[in-house]
Amino acid sequence: MNMIYLDNSATTRQYDEVTDLVYKMAKENYGNPSSLHALGFDAGNILFDARAAIEDLMHPGGEIIFTSGGTESDNMALVSSVRKMKRRGKRILTTRVEHPAVLETCRRLADDGYSVDYLSVDSTGYVDPDAVSDALTDDTIIVSIMTVNNETGTIQPVLPVSRAVREYNRMHGTKIIFHTDAVQAFGKLPMDDASFDLVSVSGHKFHGPKGIGFLYMNKDLKLPAFITGGGQENGYRSSTENTPGIAGLGLAARISYENLFTKMSRMGELNEYLRKGLITELPDVYLNGPEELGYNLHDHGKRCPGVLNLTFKGTRGEVLLHTLEQDRIYVSTGSACSSHKTGDSHVLQAMGLDHKAIEGAIRFSLSEFNTKEEMDIVIDKTKAAVTRFRKLGSFR
Amino acid sequence: MEKKLYIVRCGEVALKGMNKPYFERVLLERVRKAIECFDDAEAKWVEGLMFVRVPVSVPEDDVIAKCVRVFGVASVSPAVEAPKDIDEIGRLAAEFMQKIIDEEGVQTFKVKGKRADKSFAVQSPEIGRMVGAIILKRCKVLSVNVHEPDVLLTVDVRREGAYIFRDKIKGFGGLPLGTNGKGLILMSGGIDSPVAAFMMAKRGMSIEAVHFHSYPYTSQRAQKKVEDLVHVLAGYMGTVRMHVINLLPIQEQIVMNCPEDETTLLVRRFMMRIAEQIALKNGDMMLITGEDLGQVASQTAEALVVTDSVVTMPVMRPLIAMDKVDIMDKAREIGTYDISIQPYEDCCTVFLPKHPVTKPKLARIEKSESALDVKALVDAAVASEEIIDIRP
Repeated sequence: MNMIYLDNSATTRQYDEVTDLVYKMAKENYGNPSSLHALGFDAGNILFDARAAIEDLMHPGGEIIFTSGGTESDNMALVSSVRKMKRRGKRILTTRVEHPAVLETCRRLADDGYSVDYLSVDSTGYVDPDAVSDALTDDTIIVSIMTVNNETGTIQPVLPVSRAVREYNRMHGTKIIFHTDAVQAFGKLPMDDASFDLVSVSGHKFHGPKGIGFLYMNKDLKLPAFITGGGQENGYRSSTENTPGIAGLGLAARISYENLFTKMSRMGELNEYLRKGLITELPDVYLNGPEELGYNLHDHGKRCPGVLNLTFKGTRGEVLLHTLEQDRIYVSTGSACSSHKTGDSHVLQAMGLDHKAIEGAIRFSLSEFNTKEEMDIVIDKTKAAVTRFRKLGSFR
Repeated sequence: MEKKLYIVRCGEVALKGMNKPYFERVLLERVRKAIECFDDAEAKWVEGLMFVRVPVSVPEDDVIAKCVRVFGVASVSPAVEAPKDIDEIGRLAAEFMQKIIDEEGVQTFKVKGKRADKSFAVQSPEIGRMVGAIILKRCKVLSVNVHEPDVLLTVDVRREGAYIFRDKIKGFGGLPLGTNGKGLILMSGGIDSPVAAFMMAKRGMSIEAVHFHSYPYTSQRAQKKVEDLVHVLAGYMGTVRMHVINLLPIQEQIVMNCPEDETTLLVRRFMMRIAEQIALKNGDMMLITGEDLGQVASQTAEALVVTDSVVTMPVMRPLIAMDKVDIMDKAREIGTYDISIQPYEDCCTVFLPKHPVTKPKLARIEKSESALDVKALVDAAVASEEIIDIRP
């Protein structure tokens, strides 16, 4: 049986076109864009085209800084913002459900003397936009909220929050920066209809290469350099450009957004098919996250069609995962199997799930490559795995 | 190519009587095997010492690291060879000392003379004094301190030549591998079993391993962790064969048919039975476990009686009377500790009873077990074994 890959929130299969391009770049167009000769000039042109492809997909008021991926983009967004704003305040506002790239960076900034407030979420993992507005203060320097949660697919209210931040700045003469980690959103939701200050994106989440991503930055922001050196990326992030990665990233972005709505609608249908299939076939299955699916940033409070997180009560996600992997079905869990509770997902904890519910959680994350036939197999195999586990568990 | 000399001393092997040539031969084989990765390396016995010669291009630390890992080696010293002429010995000793001064900036020294060759005209204390005087004259910064020298230099005059050395890097001692039969270790991913295997191997026992898992109730990473542990052991004992058994079918039967609080013990009994079958098939004379009296419920005295009673083969438990902290220290010393504490578990907590029985009665356990077709389960498990050879 062929592999069924349902761990697309972790990483995705590269588009074949991207793989071919990356290979060709490494093999033939290996010039350094800083070199004066023709080979370097060609590499510079490819870089220019890739940047243009991505600029087309984002709001026109910003520039693209290529980075090594989502984590670096998040680090750059937070650390450089804080450095730029250090005379204006000491407070950072974020949520409890952010990716570790944001949470750990905030923790380190807290060690450096900044105060960080972590906003709570409701039982679907959603941050109340009014709570964010209410939490804004004059000494706040940055607000960082992810666009789509990686574990539950919850679409966060980044549009109203960014508006609220701008409004607050206008009323109070502050310059609070709004950053969103859009690693799980880019390639799935249109990102061009809002002018954010900072947006983090990672290539390998939308069938691009690993080790490449970008930070979108509002042109007026002018952050200090994050990596100093030869002055590449307009001086924001020095380092010889990863030209094969950047070319691949540009192409992957372009392909992802071709017929986006058709692809997302199809993914949404599969998501619904899988959810309904599992919930009808098995008792005691609960959805972690919003029920309704959303297809753009205005649909906040709904769920991105790429993610389906379910708790199978009375089971252990990791055992289900290893059972499914025997049939080459790849998913992920909300908890690592351990006699200690340290492995529990901080996102599911923030949503109020108890240890047992987190332990039984499985995340299915889809891509445009998945099919209905695959969902039928997954429903079948998951049902068998859950039933087998529960049978054993019933003796305890 | 010029070669550097390393003097390798054996510990207990030297105390052997009639069997000494056998032990010496095996030890020589083991040392030769350990240094075969260096081109042109050689080893031979010279009057109770083993002389290892390795091209000077090989870093000293690499040679020492290989030699001290051979069981039966008590210590190793990098040495300088000199002709049996006291002036020549003094000159080479001073050169040797100068290098130490340049590298470490030492200030005081002492020379200890030894004369195994009684035909050498100068007596032991005199060798020390004369070589010391030459060093003092040639290395101006040094002074003698007989009580607490920074450097203690030994000059050993033997029949075939004179040898100057400073350090004695300790080995693990013990007896050469393979001089004491072959045993089968029940390997988990924990701290204890690798130490138990090491201790038996150090006494000369060749080791095979058996590992039990419950995939998909445990992960492949848990097994990888065990393979990594065995890989560390293989650094001491060469390629180790590991038999891998999936216990899940047995655990499922136990969970469905037997009292919960006896689960662990019943599983242990199956492990012992399966291990004995594998041992018999592979010529292993005894089983080895990392059990430690009273450490957990399945290792109480009563529990050990219950697990032991299913096998007739001797069961070695080298850690039985050690304290946990000492076992942990040993694990750090041999390099398995950091792997053992990785979080991947080799038994899913689903199969761990909440309140395991600590003082089991054999009769009761046997009664619980009568609900199972023990022989069929053991045979099926043995038949399903997977074999992995883990190289150093």
